[in-house]
Amino acid sequence: MSGALSLALRDSNTMLRRNLLHARRYPSLTLNLLLTPVILLLLFVYVFGDVMSAGIGGGGADRSDYIAYIVPGILMMTIGGTVVGAAVSVSMDMTEGVIARFRTMAIHRGSVIIGHVVGSVLQSLASVLLVGAVAVAIGFRSTDATALEWLAAFGLVGLVALALTWIAVGMGLASPNAEAASNNALPLILLPLISSAFVPIDAMPGWFQPVAEYQPFTPAIETLRGLLLGTEIGNNGWVALAWCLGLSVLGYRWSTALFNRDPK
Amino acid sequence: MTTTTPHSPAIVANGLRKAYGDKLVLDGIDVSVPAGTIFSLLGPNGAGKTTAVKILSTLISADGGELRVGGHDVAVDPQAVRAAIGVTGQFSAVDGLITGEENMLLMADLHHLSKREGRRVAAQLLERFDLVDAARKPAQSYSGGMKRRLDLAMTLVGNPRIIFLDEPTTGLDPRSRHNMWGIIRELVSDGVTVFLTTQYLEEADELAHHIAVLNDGKIAAEGTADELKRLIPGGHVRLRFSDPAAYRTAAEALREASTDDEALSLRIPSDGSQRELRAVLDWLDTAGIEADELTVHTPDLDDVFFALTSGSGRPTTHRSNRPNQSNQPHQSKENVR
Repeated sequence: MSGALSLALRDSNTMLRRNLLHARRYPSLTLNLLLTPVILLLLFVYVFGDVMSAGIGGGGADRSDYIAYIVPGILMMTIGGTVVGAAVSVSMDMTEGVIARFRTMAIHRGSVIIGHVVGSVLQSLASVLLVGAVAVAIGFRSTDATALEWLAAFGLVGLVALALTWIAVGMGLASPNAEAASNNALPLILLPLISSAFVPIDAMPGWFQPVAEYQPFTPAIETLRGLLLGTEIGNNGWVALAWCLGLSVLGYRWSTALFNRDPK
Repeated sequence: MTTTTPHSPAIVANGLRKAYGDKLVLDGIDVSVPAGTIFSLLGPNGAGKTTAVKILSTLISADGGELRVGGHDVAVDPQAVRAAIGVTGQFSAVDGLITGEENMLLMADLHHLSKREGRRVAAQLLERFDLVDAARKPAQSYSGGMKRRLDLAMTLVGNPRIIFLDEPTTGLDPRSRHNMWGIIRELVSDGVTVFLTTQYLEEADELAHHIAVLNDGKIAAEGTADELKRLIPGGHVRLRFSDPAAYRTAAEALREASTDDEALSLRIPSDGSQRELRAVLDWLDTAGIEADELTVHTPDLDDVFFALTSGSGRPTTHRSNRPNQSNQPHQSKENVR
């Protein structure tokens, strides 16, 4: 089976290079998706910042407290936004004749999809670093995170990116065209808005709290917040991990089933 | 690589069936293509040609039938079939976002050629298909003819012994079409087997050793180009008159001819050969008929379909039981009118 594995690795690597080449030639899609989290970050810090700080800090807090609060959520939101790009580019790719060609070649069947997934995860990580750099530039600082905590934070970001990408790729495969893909992937941008990214859950109306609580972004954001800022993580770490694994497996199986259908 | 020997069939289909919902697209077609020959599936749009190519090239699955390509069962071992074939589809299978050269190198990587070998093969094929100047431009900026050439060049990277070409010249200008024909002939002279679909009788005539006419999901007739042409009653000499009286006289004298009273014209069946034409002219002279205009019409695909699908003119030997070639149509044209 080592032959099959090396074939899978080699072909997936080729497809990954194809994907990164696309992203490098046509960076506008990725850059557009980066704008949303950056604008939200600046808007919430510089426009709503004083009100929000007063709200979460009980009156005495200043704007920098709110920067600290919001950045983990913005970083997770960046991943949600970037993987929408994966949904769009997968659905666009599937309408291309070259995919039919790949299907009639003796290559590893999943390599096309794996190329998209790995490419999207790498793009997500790069986007998180870029948005993170903006956050640092406007004053975000972690509070004595250890090297291990930083490592865990990167690992968490990678896992969330992987899980959301598999779901986004499934959405892209299920969509007949790019417009439909971008509509179908909208929840990945909207979910962070109704998570604990901008305001703590206990500041929300009681009836809404379960909506914010039981979704993948809240535990991931709370975990990242805990790792970078030393807040209480509680069981959020395990919940986030379970969400990531669950979504990855679900997205993987869904995508594979969709890709293995007879094309139209 | 493939397990075909020079004289065993490279492609065999027995009872190939495919339906989309209630629509039966392929209704039990039988095909056998000897290695090293060009086989043409000829038919109008919607006849099922592309579906047949998609199934034989492992892109979609069949509902029924026994299919072997390159000696491998398509249903059991599609990956072995894929290793033996190359496919150039009707819609260009190039990656438009990257350059022609990058497309070629992508194929080289997917065929697991070494870097050096990949570059060599890519450069050689780009040269052969006259794409050197455009090699560094994105493929989506190519003209239709260039895209087809790049498409075929990409197909050839793996040096496939069996190639499927789905309407390779549809939408090309006459010069590009002739170039494509030259390329296809070259491939076969290297021993490659070509499965070609086309809607042009002329193209099948130019290229194919064996032609099957696909209509409505069934093979309506098959044989060599000459055998098929003998089936077609569409070849005729058309006589047009301006004087209604002369037209009526001629129509009475020429009982063989079909009449068109409105256009004042007669159609006399003929294959358009010099000998036949002389016979027709002699006959007209003997009968003392002088038409105002005489034109020779050679059969086209419309005639084929008219002949093969309309009840009355239906040749009796069509869909003869394969593979007995002696059953193929050989009757004289008088019988098939």
